[in-house]
Amino acid sequence: MNNQRRNVLKTGSGAALLSVLAAAGIITPGMALADWNKAAFDAKSMADTLKAMGAGAPADSKDVQVTGPDIAENGAVVPVGVATSLPNVTMVAILIEKNPNALAASFTLPEGTEANIQTRVKMGQTSNIYALVKSDGKFFMATKEIKVTLGGCGG
Amino acid sequence: MTQVSLKALATVVLAVASIGSTLAQDSKIADELAKYREALADGNPADLFEVKGEGLWLEKRGPKNASLEQCDLGQGPGKLEGAYASLPKYFKDTNKVMDVESRLVHCMMTLQGFTLAEATKQWYSKPGKDSDIEALVTFIGAKSNGMKIKVPATHPEEAKMAKMGEYIFYRRSGPQDFSCSICHGQEGKRIRLQELGNLTTQEGAGFAMKTWPSYRVSQGTVWTMQRRLIDCMRQARWPEPNYLADSIIALETYLQKTATGTVMETPGIKR
Amino acid sequence: MGNPMKIRAANKDGVTEIKALISHEMETGQRKDAAGAVVPAWFITELTAKLGDKIVLAAEFGPSVSKNPYLAFKFKGGAKGDKVVVSWKDNKGDSRTDEAVIN
Repeated sequence: MNNQRRNVLKTGSGAALLSVLAAAGIITPGMALADWNKAAFDAKSMADTLKAMGAGAPADSKDVQVTGPDIAENGAVVPVGVATSLPNVTMVAILIEKNPNALAASFTLPEGTEANIQTRVKMGQTSNIYALVKSDGKFFMATKEIKVTLGGCGG
Repeated sequence: MTQVSLKALATVVLAVASIGSTLAQDSKIADELAKYREALADGNPADLFEVKGEGLWLEKRGPKNASLEQCDLGQGPGKLEGAYASLPKYFKDTNKVMDVESRLVHCMMTLQGFTLAEATKQWYSKPGKDSDIEALVTFIGAKSNGMKIKVPATHPEEAKMAKMGEYIFYRRSGPQDFSCSICHGQEGKRIRLQELGNLTTQEGAGFAMKTWPSYRVSQGTVWTMQRRLIDCMRQARWPEPNYLADSIIALETYLQKTATGTVMETPGIKR
Repeated sequence: MGNPMKIRAANKDGVTEIKALISHEMETGQRKDAAGAVVPAWFITELTAKLGDKIVLAAEFGPSVSKNPYLAFKFKGGAKGDKVVVSWKDNKGDSRTDEAVIN
């Protein structure tokens, strides 16, 4: 088994990981990131992340879609999309409940940019993925479970 | 195996168990995996390697300060279209059957003046250490995209290599008494969720060979066919051949010959 | 710095679709090297896409965005021949800008 795959597995090992994260310098004081929402990216749980983003407890909305495969062959690259038909969307974000830090990415959408974004994220293990959307100043959310499998050899 | 992977596996097994018959499970999982693979195909990170490879091909480098533009990959100097799909093949100037990688290294040595050690030092990338060969092979491979694999192995030296490759394919060896053919010599086999191709048929070998070189999601880099096969040996617990070893070129010749007629879809992307 | 991005930009019926592939390690800070030492986190934190002077997308990434990130989005406006410029910076202070012409 190769190192990288082993390490993708390790992302699932919960609390032990947090100390590794700190040791690894993800949370270094030297990072001069004026705009980057450090508090939100550093937050561990969904609740803390939502709080750091000023989203409180968003309402579930059928008008928000999270797209992605039901099963991902490899957690290192999981295609995920967020789309919504809600009006005046200024922000969308992707959160992964069981990752060490829930927030994967957030996007500020100026007027004219469609609330429809695709990207790829890492998942340490099978988890719910949340799409968070800010529409007319209010937050809405939708979720989808993606199962992460670990394949055999080959390919 | 770590606990996590077992847990993930158990989750899948549970999900599978609730679906019903084996056939239904297989097709449902196959559909979902197909969706996953399809979602990755548009925006294959291998495209980044192709762009970089083109730059390296044109760049004057090495002690001779020369580009690779005059490199003859079997279709004439500088002719890249279809070259990958027609390799390995016999080259008069070296009196050897060469694959794309051994020929590329040959060009880096003869045209650019690199030593073998210099040219092959970083034949595959490690995190933070890019491999020029990965980028160059991706670029060369892409020039055969949409073309048919054409390795009839009619030259006596090529025929000999194909025969040697076939012999290696079926030869049981190593501490596990393992051969390539145990996993890749029958229809309908799989290891966990990965289907195992039957490489003894044109369809199976074609399916396997047409998508290389390929971006490996699990490694975050492009794998060349040399790396793929050397790693197969490792996984079969065989001693690992050296990079550019004749045994690997022989296997490639056998597989490309079997796959001949299949249309290339490269670069590929795999989990 | 870094290797070039690959940006595709296509306009159809007044809507421009951008598909960008970015060359970056996106190291999580959780991986250990062969010697057992933790490989420090190294990831893109911010990315912006502009049409002329107008920002059409501003993104913030954490380390759980995949290696060699991929991003696809659409905006109203842009015309064939217009330039789209994508820039990123990472947590080490490195940055890169590439552009593509809308077709």
